[in-house]
Amino acid sequence: MIELAQVVQAPKIDYQGLAPLFSTIGGSLAVLMIGLFRGRFVQRTLVPAVAALALLVAMGMTIANWEAGDSRPIIEGALAIDTLALFMSMLFYVTGLATVALSLRSDVQREVGAGEYMALLLGAISGMVVLAGAENMVTLFVGFELLSIPLYVLSAGYVRRAHSLEAGLKYLVVGSVGSATLLYGLALLYGATGSTDFRAMAIAIGDTVAVTDPLLLTGVALAATGLAFKASVAPFHQWTPDVYEGAPTPITSFMAVATKVAAFAVTLRLFDYALSDAQVQWGPALAALATVTIVIGNAGAIAQSSLKRMLAWSGVAQAGYLLAGVVVGTQLGLQATAFYLAAYLFMNVAAFAVVIACERVSEHGDGIESLRDLGRASPLLAWPMTIAMLALAGFPATAGFIGKFYLIEAVVAGDYAWLGIVIVVGSMISLVYYLRVIAVMWMGRFEVELPSFPPRRVKAVAGRSPEADARAQPEVASVAILAAAATIFFGIVPSPLFDLVSDVGTSFGGLV
Amino acid sequence: MLTIHLSIVVFLPLAAALLAALLPARVGRWLVVGAMAGVLGYAIAMIADYEAGTAGLKYVTDDNWISELGVRYQLGVDGLNLFLIALTALLWVPSTLWGAARISERPKLFLFHMALAETAVLGAFCAQDLALFVVFFDLMLVPFYFLVGQWGGGDRVRATTKLLIYTLVGSLLMLAGAIALGVLSAGGGDISFSFAVLEQRTLGEGTQQWIFCLFAAAFLVKAPLFPFHGWVVDTYRATPTPVLVVLSAVVSKVGVYGFLRIVLPILPDASAYFQDLMLVLAVFSILYGSVLAFSQEEPRLVVAYSSIAQLGFIVLGIFSLTDLGSQGALMQMVNHGLVVAPLFFIIAALSARAAGPATLEQMGGMALRAPVLAALFLVVTFATLAMPGSPNFVGEILILFGAFDDKFVYGAVGILGVVLAAVYMLRIFQRSMHNRAGPGVKPAELGSLELAAILPVAAVVVALGVYPQLVLDRTERATTTKVAPALTAAGASDSEISEAK
Repeated sequence: MIELAQVVQAPKIDYQGLAPLFSTIGGSLAVLMIGLFRGRFVQRTLVPAVAALALLVAMGMTIANWEAGDSRPIIEGALAIDTLALFMSMLFYVTGLATVALSLRSDVQREVGAGEYMALLLGAISGMVVLAGAENMVTLFVGFELLSIPLYVLSAGYVRRAHSLEAGLKYLVVGSVGSATLLYGLALLYGATGSTDFRAMAIAIGDTVAVTDPLLLTGVALAATGLAFKASVAPFHQWTPDVYEGAPTPITSFMAVATKVAAFAVTLRLFDYALSDAQVQWGPALAALATVTIVIGNAGAIAQSSLKRMLAWSGVAQAGYLLAGVVVGTQLGLQATAFYLAAYLFMNVAAFAVVIACERVSEHGDGIESLRDLGRASPLLAWPMTIAMLALAGFPATAGFIGKFYLIEAVVAGDYAWLGIVIVVGSMISLVYYLRVIAVMWMGRFEVELPSFPPRRVKAVAGRSPEADARAQPEVASVAILAAAATIFFGIVPSPLFDLVSDVGTSFGGLV
Repeated sequence: MLTIHLSIVVFLPLAAALLAALLPARVGRWLVVGAMAGVLGYAIAMIADYEAGTAGLKYVTDDNWISELGVRYQLGVDGLNLFLIALTALLWVPSTLWGAARISERPKLFLFHMALAETAVLGAFCAQDLALFVVFFDLMLVPFYFLVGQWGGGDRVRATTKLLIYTLVGSLLMLAGAIALGVLSAGGGDISFSFAVLEQRTLGEGTQQWIFCLFAAAFLVKAPLFPFHGWVVDTYRATPTPVLVVLSAVVSKVGVYGFLRIVLPILPDASAYFQDLMLVLAVFSILYGSVLAFSQEEPRLVVAYSSIAQLGFIVLGIFSLTDLGSQGALMQMVNHGLVVAPLFFIIAALSARAAGPATLEQMGGMALRAPVLAALFLVVTFATLAMPGSPNFVGEILILFGAFDDKFVYGAVGILGVVLAAVYMLRIFQRSMHNRAGPGVKPAELGSLELAAILPVAAVVVALGVYPQLVLDRTERATTTKVAPALTAAGASDSEISEAK
């Protein structure tokens, strides 16, 4: 016995570094237990409050752990924290908080049960945190599944609606294919490099393993495909519009933002760290993927009349921009991607919050018509939506502009100047659908006298939420306003975000 | 020497508009107009303070904005933008006044967008950093998109979407070009977008050429020049008068200003390389605009097409790559702004008095009943057709001198444009003022608002006609230094050709 203990050393665990993860997992278990109690107060106030508290605590601890420079193992050989992981975790927590707020009055919570709903949400966030900090391929896959499975359930949250069930099932099937592909790719990478550890892989590639090794390249291709499913990079994006449309909108917004951030966090780590020496091999291929994604995403969004579908396609296009930052494999590219992810969070959360507010009161649901004349009826919602659309289109004085500027600068500096032009052309196409949203909100006919909107009180209609009053959903409006304010703020004063991002840039020591 | 903080000049309108949003509309309106008048005051002080023959930038503001990207917050004034800033400041006051008095639908929002537009335009003129210029250049589109789309007439949503997409396609290409310029010229060193730094750095000829095309796309659409003018007709029809005034008089100048400020000094080899192409475009614009202006029934469209011709003149001057030509071009930018603004106000006044739709058919016979209107119209008409004694005469003659200097053919065709301008301007004047009055025309003298909007600008036109040296003396140094690199490059390629022969 004594001998065994000496041979098999328990991994060193840094509990302080692990604390945020404890907080989200613990919170997840806690809300599950609390949710067992019936009663309006527990279901509608206590459970969300505990979930929000767990996220806030995790956030606080993440800030306390923040330290620029090299990575520090928290579970040796499995999980580490570096600034990239911490930065991405912050984005997950922020999105999580926004999702909690956006779900407060959503009827999906009642259908699933508040406890289960929040527990799944926190579970998915824990998975993302694990994914962002993964140090080897096994942990990577564990995190990947931990984030995916709760989301399969959540996107089928409206258990009595065929649409939502279809979304859940579709997501499950496509997601499983993606996971399987990823797993296969990881296995081949292990076969090629002889290690599951990222650092060891990085050392092996170009040293003991040639960058043209067929096993390695097949592994890279399959891993990239698996991640592309999750990040909805074309041509692996087909599930995105359907799932986004069918899922409950707060979950859609969470998937659109947090899942994409998680997918790019791990893509950055895998490609720009573990596989960075093979950049000459995968760079052109990913650049081609990015181009296809930008074109398909933007073209697909044009024909949409549902806002959720439109944002899904726009998310595909944005994934293409983000991928461009990965392609160059430089520190500048890493920073630009991280910056754009943060900008992407604010822009999309603002847009989804407005969609949620309007779909609850409008007979058009999430159709673009639900926003008609919002500029008159409810400027407090119309402005955030306007800012979000302008930012997504890349107008200056928004974080979206700075983000795109940064990305283009990174790709040009990384000898991919043509990819910069592709980004720009994509933005041009995107104007068509982003501007249509703005035109619907502000440029309706003046002649028509509108009833005051939103109506003070709307009776519960079959299947509609009873609190169909935008003034009665201040938390949704405030999420929209805060996110839009952040979009503008970081568009004019980007330095605070830049400081964080330049810390992130130090995560991978080997990058130029 | 005064201390003028350009940041205050640039952001004063926006700040006032944000403050006004919190106040009742009646008070807020005057606050915004007051702030714009304040900017005008600043502009006049700058002109008075600016000594003729000054070289280099004055009132420089230079701070870090995004140091990670090499972007600086750099503002400055020299001979090149001094009068364009003044033009902006001058024309925004009557336009906003007009809008504040006439627009009853969501007035606060209208004022906010007007103020944002002025801030963006002033920023674009003052910017001494390429990235900052791009920011303001693109930002400019946002308020105009809303102004046309919300307060326009006719098919306004279609018009504004077209306007935005056309101009933003150009702007986004320029964004890519600007970043490429900054990164590639650094050659691995510190990335900088400052004009002063970029002018010192050199780029390979091939790189210069594709970057030139990206910039030209933005500036030619903005101007607009033939064949990039697809947005013009819809926009000029739909845009509300006060917005059209600044759009046509000022915003179109930002594009051609970009050629002088950015393209010639930073991409001299490419400018020389594309010189003939640009001249051909300029000459085509002159002919195309003039001919179409002659056949339009809507007065707004007459001015729209005449603007295309005028901007063709300006580009002709710039790409003659001579001191005289570029100086004339700069003079003509100011002149065109000064005459177009009262023209649109006058057309609005005429339309209000016309029987039905605002076409020449429905106007006429106004001169006897409304002599002040007729007199002002005549002054502006003469200035537009470059009658000797008008500032436009000085501008056009300088441009033609510049063109004749080396590119005789283009100059000769350009002269045709001057002749045609007389034809279409006199036509619109006669048909609206002298013909027999149409059945429903209500000839009436200008109201006080109309007079307040038109008279001061017309007075400036007359004053500049009398004393064009005010502009010429202060701009000469700046235009000469900006043209010099391209001039050298053109000279070098010419001598290569003659050697080859």
